[in-house]
Amino acid sequence: MDKFEKLTGIAAPMPLVNIDTDMIIPKQFLKTIKRSGLGVNLFDEMRYDDDGNEIPDFVLNKPQYREAEILVAGDNFGCGSSREHAPWALKDFGIRSVISTSFADIFFNNCFKNGILPIVLPREAVDVLMKDAEKGSNARMTVDLENQTVTSSDGETFSFEVDSFKKHCLMNGLDDIGLTMEKAAAIDSFEAQASQARPWV
Amino acid sequence: MSPKTLYDKIWDAHVAHEADDGTCLLYIDRHLVHEVTSPQAFEGLRMAGRSVRAPDKTIAVPDHNVPTTPGREDPKNMTEDSAIQVAALDKNAKDFGIHYYPVSDVRQGIVHIVGPEQGWTLPGMTVVCGDSHTATHGAFGALAHGIGTSEVEHVLATQTLIQKKSKNMKVEITGKLRPGVTAKDITLSVIGETGTAGGTGYVIEYCGEAIRDLSMEGRMTVCNMAIEGGARAGLIAPDEKTFEYVKGRPHAPKGAQWEAALNWWKTLYSDDDAHWDKVVTIKGEDIAPVVTWGTSPEDVLPITAEVPAAESFEGGKVGAAQRSLDYMGLTPGQKLSDIEIDTVFIGSCTNGRIEDLRAAAEILKGKKIAVKRAMVVPGSGLVRAQAEEEGLADIFKEAGFEWRLAGCSMCLAMNPDQLQPGERCAATSNRNFEGRQGRGGRTHLMSPAMAAAAAVTGKLTDVRDMM
Ligand code: SF4
Repeated sequence: MDKFEKLTGIAAPMPLVNIDTDMIIPKQFLKTIKRSGLGVNLFDEMRYDDDGNEIPDFVLNKPQYREAEILVAGDNFGCGSSREHAPWALKDFGIRSVISTSFADIFFNNCFKNGILPIVLPREAVDVLMKDAEKGSNARMTVDLENQTVTSSDGETFSFEVDSFKKHCLMNGLDDIGLTMEKAAAIDSFEAQASQARPWV
Repeated sequence: MSPKTLYDKIWDAHVAHEADDGTCLLYIDRHLVHEVTSPQAFEGLRMAGRSVRAPDKTIAVPDHNVPTTPGREDPKNMTEDSAIQVAALDKNAKDFGIHYYPVSDVRQGIVHIVGPEQGWTLPGMTVVCGDSHTATHGAFGALAHGIGTSEVEHVLATQTLIQKKSKNMKVEITGKLRPGVTAKDITLSVIGETGTAGGTGYVIEYCGEAIRDLSMEGRMTVCNMAIEGGARAGLIAPDEKTFEYVKGRPHAPKGAQWEAALNWWKTLYSDDDAHWDKVVTIKGEDIAPVVTWGTSPEDVLPITAEVPAAESFEGGKVGAAQRSLDYMGLTPGQKLSDIEIDTVFIGSCTNGRIEDLRAAAEILKGKKIAVKRAMVVPGSGLVRAQAEEEGLADIFKEAGFEWRLAGCSMCLAMNPDQLQPGERCAATSNRNFEGRQGRGGRTHLMSPAMAAAAAVTGKLTDVRDMM
């Protein structure tokens, strides 16, 4: 997995609440058996018209946001399905961090598995960053995972919380499965004990 | 011993390892797999030279993009990309030696219907699947939730999941439901009350007289939509109804093991003085038959209400509501019961079980549809067979419904069953997101009886007027 330490980049504003996984990557693109190549279809139905032309008003189609690496989004981002295609598409487009007041649980977890940092901040902070993002490409935000801060282009800094284990994995680009396999002995002994206690499982 | 919730008890029985910071390895008893979210996970295993740790606890079934029309065993009758995914599942099931129900098997169906039907889902278990509606299995008092593809790979390789414990939320539905009100109305009303993020960070336990009174099918409908309320999982404590449902299923324990299991299952309830981080109480008698008007499952109103104005909401929801109204082609002040519909879809893991088909058929008996098209997609081949045996299939067909084979179908429109732009659908599924049932399609969520009533009148309809 890719490491995430510190990122300074363009942030795109998406103030809509409840942006769901069907919006992030519509189901017709879930028929792939690969993880890559989904970036062109990120937000497909908001981004392209019925003939496949770009809709100029959509934020990521605007010249100043085409290189965005950060999204500042409305409440409850990523609600809906468990499709990991959502973070795959974001990542493939180039988004490395999403900032919101809240995220749906499965999407939030899926981000960490793919080198994307989802950041939860209080509403006032998200409002400030949303305004900052609206300034366009000259306003670059900085996300610093080590120090757990987001800094606006004006230098205003907000601290965020992050689970220590998830932070460790993201900063070091660690593979979960490898880490868990180091605990194989614990799993073995749990399994032995559980199959005694609940043999019907 | 300190008092515990049902969630606490199941959690404690499955922690294989706990780190100092509270990060746990939760042991997984059942892993359900389908064709859309698993190919990359199996690919990951192959690339790392890993195997499936517990193939006997892993069950696979194709459901999301299989056609629901005859002849689907032949890959030529699928789109090429769907056929590739189904073929990948066939191969992965065979290569890794996991239980498998191909489309040619009468037991095939939507993964969340097949699991309980075959007795794979049992009280007190941990159940995961690369699909958010895994919450369905919580109806058995199993801790069940959806996971992403990386986690699917993690469970395949290690039979565990890296987890931190969620908080406990109690949703109590007191008293009795009024006539015409169903499990679907309960679960939609709860989301209407708490919002789609109201359960974020929690595992919900549904309880109260109205929940106890529900059949197992109804309880599955309620838990199915816990995810639409933002919760990691929904639970209902097992009781005699649960045990009755489970008994004799192909993979349920038998003989002495049954007795031992029953002994443990009977301890699975929340202790009286257990701690809840959040409590929501709704009176059963206050719940009406509801429909959704917008593009979020929280956009719920009684069928007797009117389309709301965007300004009646607050904050970011104002913009979202306006966007919903535009997308749905609705005008504030319009009566919900005046909204004309084109299509009716009865099915999905929310409402594709036998009880749902019975409820819809009850309304449709001797009547004809007044919509362009209507389809019933049973949740599994076995539900389909039973409905045929009970004469329900004939009622549907005589009314003008298409009688399909089992699968997810128009719930998410990955197979050919899709809405056209602007087409308006009365659906018994669980998501009304933009484009969910087809690009530009407009979805109103409701119970099977309400969907049947809409099919008969061609408009959103209060089913109580037809009872
Ligand atoms: S029926 Fe719909 S919600 Fe259920 S598993 Fe299939 S696609 Fe998902």
